[in-house]
Amino acid sequence: MSLAEPAALPVATSAAPRLHVLKRFSNRFKASLPAYLLLLPSLVFLALFTYGAMGRVLIDALYQRATPKAPLRFVGLDNIASVLADPGFTGAVVNNLIYAVGTAVPSIALALLFALALARTHAVNSALRAALFLPVLIPMVAASALFLFIFLPNVGLLDYYIGRLLPVLPNWLGDPDIALYAIMIITIWKNAGYYMLFFLAGLQAVPEDVMEAAHLDGAGPYQRLRHIILPELKPTFLFVTVIAILNAVTQVDHVFVMTQGGPSNSTSLVLFYIYQQAVEHYDIGKASAATLLTLAALMGLTALSFRTMANREGGS
Amino acid sequence: MKLFDRLFRDAPLATRSEITPKLGLLLTVLLAMVWLIPFLWMVVATLRPASDGINAMAELMPSLKPTLDNVRDAWEIGDFPRYTLNTTIICTGILLVQFVTITLAGFAFARLDFAGKTPIFYLFLMQLMLVPVLLIVPNLSLVAQLGLYDTLAGVMMPFFASAFGTFLMRQAFEAIPTELEDAALIDGASLLQRIRHIYVPLSMPSFSAFAIISVTSHWNDFLWPLMVINSPDKRPLTVGLSVFTKTAEGTQAWGTIAAGTLMVIAPLLVTFLIFQKRFISSFVTSGIK
Repeated sequence: MSLAEPAALPVATSAAPRLHVLKRFSNRFKASLPAYLLLLPSLVFLALFTYGAMGRVLIDALYQRATPKAPLRFVGLDNIASVLADPGFTGAVVNNLIYAVGTAVPSIALALLFALALARTHAVNSALRAALFLPVLIPMVAASALFLFIFLPNVGLLDYYIGRLLPVLPNWLGDPDIALYAIMIITIWKNAGYYMLFFLAGLQAVPEDVMEAAHLDGAGPYQRLRHIILPELKPTFLFVTVIAILNAVTQVDHVFVMTQGGPSNSTSLVLFYIYQQAVEHYDIGKASAATLLTLAALMGLTALSFRTMANREGGS
Repeated sequence: MKLFDRLFRDAPLATRSEITPKLGLLLTVLLAMVWLIPFLWMVVATLRPASDGINAMAELMPSLKPTLDNVRDAWEIGDFPRYTLNTTIICTGILLVQFVTITLAGFAFARLDFAGKTPIFYLFLMQLMLVPVLLIVPNLSLVAQLGLYDTLAGVMMPFFASAFGTFLMRQAFEAIPTELEDAALIDGASLLQRIRHIYVPLSMPSFSAFAIISVTSHWNDFLWPLMVINSPDKRPLTVGLSVFTKTAEGTQAWGTIAAGTLMVIAPLLVTFLIFQKRFISSFVTSGIK
């Protein structure tokens, strides 16, 4: 008995709080249950098509089949290595970088110009805004169908009107040195009006009285732009740049419709490469490895921009 | 210059005489005209008779003998009624399910306190960064495993949960005074009844903003349906238009292509021109995602 008593004590003392914790936990769970049930439908689809898909990319990137019918075998990082060594992929990355800079910079610059010119709201400006916004609404595929004719050699819109001024007519979509720039024009046409909306919203934050004061102090339009408007628009710039880069990777339907990555891979972009690996070569391992690398790059970019935004908020 | 002065009459007095803003506006007006040229060509080419010949195809001056032949050809060759129906089914299906999921989840985040709220919130937030189009490869094999390859349901499924919509509804619900809900609570209304009869009716502007974003983006989706759909009769408008363009391009039928493109984008453009203000403000919020 004297042995049993000390043995029983620790059990008793430790059992009570554990029960207590358990009970508290179950109470908390019971209280949370309605919320979980409300979230369940969303969480199921998030689990399947977002997080499940991410897990799947990770796993698929580690396996490979020797032939389309052969069994899967674990290859570790071989897929990633072979994607990185594939000139098709590195070429697509380089094209995509050129495409990202070549579409983001002009479309953001144009968007800023449009927003500055159309900042005040009256009927004329609203009509102009609507005109510039129209391309945003239409599918990339429809834009491609229109630009297919615009870029058509000899009889197309561009050659018909501008061609008369040029000594030699370039083959806009057929020349490997020009095709990538030709499809950039479509993207700029389509996105500038979208980014304009964010600059218009950002401009509302520029205080009118500061602008007036600056003018009274003798600041011209450029000085006001440089020292008052642009600093005020910094968060908008950061935000629009991130969207523009995301779009440069994800909105590339015109490559599928107009050029199929050609001529000689000059318009092959990363997403098109992934599609080719998966659908045309049935190489899920390589497609997943390329997806993984792209996801990592984009998430790095978003994380970086979040940190910059957080830093700015913390600093000010 | 009279007209220009009128446009600047509400500018601050001190800046009204400056020339730079006017040059900027002039440049913008010119660019806006350039921006409209593809649309102008589309309409002119749609109405141009084939007898004008290929060399007059680029002419932006409307033909003197307008015809609807191109529209009829596109309608007959392209199977556009079927594509329109498919796109409508896809957009409506996605939107209806999204309304349910985002209302429930938005309410949970707006009004309920529960264990693990912050981590679950981040789970939603992260989805905004993972652009769905990048996950086409794993999602295609999942859709195939679920037996939904080559079905419209397969096209819709990945979009049933929407983090953007959830945040939009959370914001809308948080703005509704709790007193309204308390009154219903005293009257014995259940949780779902309170959502249905108090929160939903008071959040209609947010629902319509979300509907605009959701429908336009899925109306325009191309790559995902291209991968999931195999049978010609299940193609949505975008995939149908791309196939149609490929065929008509071979025969140089540019008037028919213009007519087909016009048919695909007309519903969106007309809706936009009617509800312009709503569209613009919805697209501004869509960026916040």
